[in-house]
Amino acid sequence: MNGAHDMGGMMGFGPVIAEKNEPVFHAPWERRAMALTLAMAAAGGWSIDQSRAARESQHPARYLAQTYYQIWIAGLEKLMVERGLVTRDELAAGKVLQPAKTVPRILSADTVATTLARGGPTARVPTTPQRFQIGERVSARNMHPAGHTRLPRYVRGHVGVITDVHGVHVFPDSNATGGGERPQWLYTVRFGARELWGEGADKAATVSVDAWESYLEPEK
Amino acid sequence: MHDEPEPGHGHEDHDHEHGSHLSDMELRVRALETILVEKRYVDPAALDAIIETYEVKVGPRNGAKVVAKAWVDPAYKARLLKDATAAIAELGFTGRQGEHMVAVENTDKVHNLVVCTLCSCYPWSVLGLPPVWYKSAPYRSRAVIDPRSVLADFGVQVSDDKEMRVWDSTAEIRYLVLPQRPAGTEHCNEEQLAALVTRDSMIGTGLAMSPGATP
Repeated sequence: MNGAHDMGGMMGFGPVIAEKNEPVFHAPWERRAMALTLAMAAAGGWSIDQSRAARESQHPARYLAQTYYQIWIAGLEKLMVERGLVTRDELAAGKVLQPAKTVPRILSADTVATTLARGGPTARVPTTPQRFQIGERVSARNMHPAGHTRLPRYVRGHVGVITDVHGVHVFPDSNATGGGERPQWLYTVRFGARELWGEGADKAATVSVDAWESYLEPEK
Repeated sequence: MHDEPEPGHGHEDHDHEHGSHLSDMELRVRALETILVEKRYVDPAALDAIIETYEVKVGPRNGAKVVAKAWVDPAYKARLLKDATAAIAELGFTGRQGEHMVAVENTDKVHNLVVCTLCSCYPWSVLGLPPVWYKSAPYRSRAVIDPRSVLADFGVQVSDDKEMRVWDSTAEIRYLVLPQRPAGTEHCNEEQLAALVTRDSMIGTGLAMSPGATP
């Protein structure tokens, strides 16, 4: 979706302000928010694509007004409410009002290390031929899906060059919406800054994105 | 108009640690945790273990070891640039948000900069959790359209004729910048070199430190 999360090229946010000696967390609740988000993904059984879709589907004004862990909590609450794991009434009351649902898996303390060390690889075995080759010029499709996508607006309709092929990976546009993994070939596509941003742009800059095969078509 | 903190900068939580006065977020997340623990969806000890992992165990010192090894060991550097996931796993760094790694090398002619314009994708296994600025609107919006001005915000000058390669982490590929080895480090050992490798130098918003410099 063309949400507030798709920020590449937006203006007016001011300077990047880096905090000196920044702590990992800025408040106790941020620690718990991070851990709850990771642990509930195991219990709820949702994918990282579903998590991202939940976070970015907020009203743009709300998305922009929140800190990143606030966005995570909002996304987590949405995923849980949608599945009936908790209710809005429970969140408002701050206590349990409904019986718990059965969840597929509870992350136990003794499996945290192995679970995090394993991660969630998204590479899958190819079942279709690779359509594009390194060096080939391609166009990013001019597409505006209402659901989740990982093709940023700023490259849509522009021509770039394939510089890398990463094999076949879970397709987020499908996986985020319950449509299954439907893996596709994944490519790195490099765009010249002037192709993306016009004649005034930095002539010595390029921007690369990782793009699934269906985001791309032969150069138009 | 400056009574309100800038949105999206992550420093809104000024209420914490002021006695019993807890912020709305502190209360909201405490309530949420209470509900999830009582429903037995989460194990509080697992939450503690996750926090300890990213607050204590996994951080940019991991990435610094990778970079220092690449600086002293040409064969390792070649492996890192060819298959970063495997080369980084050689040092024991694997897992969440580092499942598929790519290393990009800074040279006299090329400077690399990593961003995630769509969310906050970041190579946790080698850098830990991202700093607030990496997840902020100013960085995510401007890194792709005006990367040199972003570097200027960090006090880093890259000459106009040096190629600037920006990597937008739009899939599950995670990028690690291999910074240039600073001059005057010919006699440094791997451990001394690792101490010069800053987190920002592995994102591309900084350079490795010179010997004797302080971060």
